[in-house]
Amino acid sequence: MKIIVNGQSLDVTAPLLDAALAELGFREARVATALNGTFVPEPARAGTRLGDGDRLEILAPMQGG
Amino acid sequence: MQLYGVDIDSRLLLGTARYPSPAMLGDAVRASGTEIITVSLRREAGCDQHGQAFWKLIRDMGVRVLPNTAGCHTVNEAVTTAQMAREVFDTNWIKLEVLGDNDTLCPNVFGLVEAARLLSEDGFDVFPYTTEDLIVAEHLLQAGCQVLMPWGAPIGTGMGLNNVYGLRTMRAHFADVPLIIDAGIGLPSHAAHAMELGFDAVLLNTAVAKAGDPVAMACAFAQAIEAGSMARSADPMEARDMASPSTPVLGTASLA
Repeated sequence: MKIIVNGQSLDVTAPLLDAALAELGFREARVATALNGTFVPEPARAGTRLGDGDRLEILAPMQGG
Repeated sequence: MQLYGVDIDSRLLLGTARYPSPAMLGDAVRASGTEIITVSLRREAGCDQHGQAFWKLIRDMGVRVLPNTAGCHTVNEAVTTAQMAREVFDTNWIKLEVLGDNDTLCPNVFGLVEAARLLSEDGFDVFPYTTEDLIVAEHLLQAGCQVLMPWGAPIGTGMGLNNVYGLRTMRAHFADVPLIIDAGIGLPSHAAHAMELGFDAVLLNTAVAKAGDPVAMACAFAQAIEAGSMARSADPMEARDMASPSTPVLGTASLA
């Protein structure tokens, strides 16, 4: 299916968020996720199903003021 | 000072953005003596993993992190960003920014109060980036904030304290609330001034990061903040309009 990951259209095969993250290269990464603008806590990723056209944000630590 | 029940010795909070290199950031943090650094969240691509390297860098610094909601313009954006920051950085502390204008980066105080209320109810310790407006400050306290962070001047301008009267009034009005000057500081003298006015701490970033020698500037800010704090404790003299000779007049020779 096609989903929008950090603003970029990508193909993922995994139907669930935790597996999709692994597929996208974030298996061990310290990141937080939001699906269609709503925060998805780490424990809820395994039960979160992705759909075609979903918008996924993957955020990581960054410098800030 | 105490911030949400945590004792903090250093009165300098330092941002981590815009340094020439990660090594320079680490050196500046150590030179400043800060115990709190501000951090943020941004999109990460699976292939580059810049955020993972930054996470390791700040973890090794051994200081407390204060994540921000920089760049958020709505309550929903700020609340969601705060929730994500809490998970990533493993802290309830959040520097809450809800911006109202791109040119001045002025806080949207209406959104700020609403986001502060929602986050406080959700267990966050909110550090709101606000103006010196007393009524907004009252509302932020009612929303659950135990710390207020008024701007000195717009973010990144380095202009110092634009409204000294307003800031002095805020200090007097909220005598028991920790007040941290956040944004607009350009020089150590600005930071010393803030401390002399009785503010509890100063939060700055660009003034150190964009200095020609960030490490030396971090040191200079640490010393200025300590000097300003000591001066405040030493009870400064009252300013007056007319001159008053410091050398005794009594016994002056008649030589005319």
